[in-house]
Amino acid sequence: MSQLDFLAPTSAEEAARALAASGAEGRPLSGGTDLLVQLRSGRLKPGLIVDLKKIPGAIGIREEGGGFVIGAATPGAMLGEHPSLGRVWPGVVEAASLIGSTQIQGRASMAGNLCNASPAADSVPALIAARATCVIVGPSGRRTAPANEIAIGPGRTSLQPGEFVLEIHLPPRGRRAADAYLRSIPRTEMDIAVVGAGVSLALDADGVITEARVALGAVGPTVIVAEDAAAGLVGTRADDAAMASLDAAVRAVCRPITDKRGTADFRTKIAGVLARRVAGIAYARAKEQK
Amino acid sequence: MSKQHITATVNGDPVEFLSEAGATLLDALRDELGLTGSKEGCGSGDCGACSVILDGRLVCSCLVLAAEAEGRRVETIEGMAEGGVLHPLQRKFIEHAALQCGFCTPGLLVAAKALLETNPDPSESETRYWLAGNLCRCTGYDKVIRAVMDAGAELRQARVA
Repeated sequence: MSQLDFLAPTSAEEAARALAASGAEGRPLSGGTDLLVQLRSGRLKPGLIVDLKKIPGAIGIREEGGGFVIGAATPGAMLGEHPSLGRVWPGVVEAASLIGSTQIQGRASMAGNLCNASPAADSVPALIAARATCVIVGPSGRRTAPANEIAIGPGRTSLQPGEFVLEIHLPPRGRRAADAYLRSIPRTEMDIAVVGAGVSLALDADGVITEARVALGAVGPTVIVAEDAAAGLVGTRADDAAMASLDAAVRAVCRPITDKRGTADFRTKIAGVLARRVAGIAYARAKEQK
Repeated sequence: MSKQHITATVNGDPVEFLSEAGATLLDALRDELGLTGSKEGCGSGDCGACSVILDGRLVCSCLVLAAEAEGRRVETIEGMAEGGVLHPLQRKFIEHAALQCGFCTPGLLVAAKALLETNPDPSESETRYWLAGNLCRCTGYDKVIRAVMDAGAELRQARVA
């Protein structure tokens, strides 16, 4: 570790320049709950760590244009404490809050969860179901990308050298709209999703679904957006027949691996069940959002 | 890379130390500042034996770089007793025999203190969830939970009195 450098710049541009200059050697740091473990295990040997937390806005949540802007290094605990975020995007907040212990919640961020690119990341299906977008800063300036374009494989992202996520944007929400997230684990908490499912719904005044988005975690190398499953919900009131079609359409797009956490068949079966339950929760919440 | 010069506040006192860029806050507390109450159990944020309060938030000090502590406020187990007087949580841990080997105890006490500062009247279920990131391999958790609930009751009583 003798060649490791540490910087804590106070502007995003400065951070991008430092990361770009370090090439593949640099790593941005927000909560560090993945990065420090990788550092310690020797899996990662960066030459430079750039702490993003001194960049203005990197920690915190602000309402903007009817939506929310969440700084990249905002810890999970702050999401749960925010007075209105959990009312507007309950699924995103419950997904992020499932990650780790109280100690981990004090540090771990959704941007880190996204950029760590684990197929089982809990907040990512919820962010993708919510159509979250990311503001990415790099040596050539800023760009915006949908959350589902960040991870491209287990541990791999589409971010170019020098680029990092600075903000996550959640769009404005209309009335009668809500989201939900559930994961399946063999214990009550402190575990990694065997399957995760995020659903976001919008209803009309009669309770008919007008918009749906279904995102599945841990059943593919990256989060799977189940477009046919979502399309099948539109025009229904999430009745039994709609839920049965949702279940089948979700199972049809799963392509999980078999590992010690669950077989591919088990994961596929559970994904259908979870999708039904999550859609039911999102639907009930949306009906209450007057 | 030369060592970095870090200034921070630990248990209310200003401190300065030199740190390698890859060193953790736990390394700095133990090896640079001689505060060996915080323990390294797993080094990966799973066991909570290294729990400290950083700017008011409970964290694993093994998952914080020492350099990140620059300008920040750290509370460790060493700051818990005031002078020679034990914190009510410490007394209740002794009364309820909520420890055997003691390795997890500093982390559990710091985590329990953070709980009672955030939520002075936690339910048993809230207490169990809050402390789920502090692993004990000796006692089981019942005595720990009873000690924390009892300390909470005493602290509430003290506030009313």
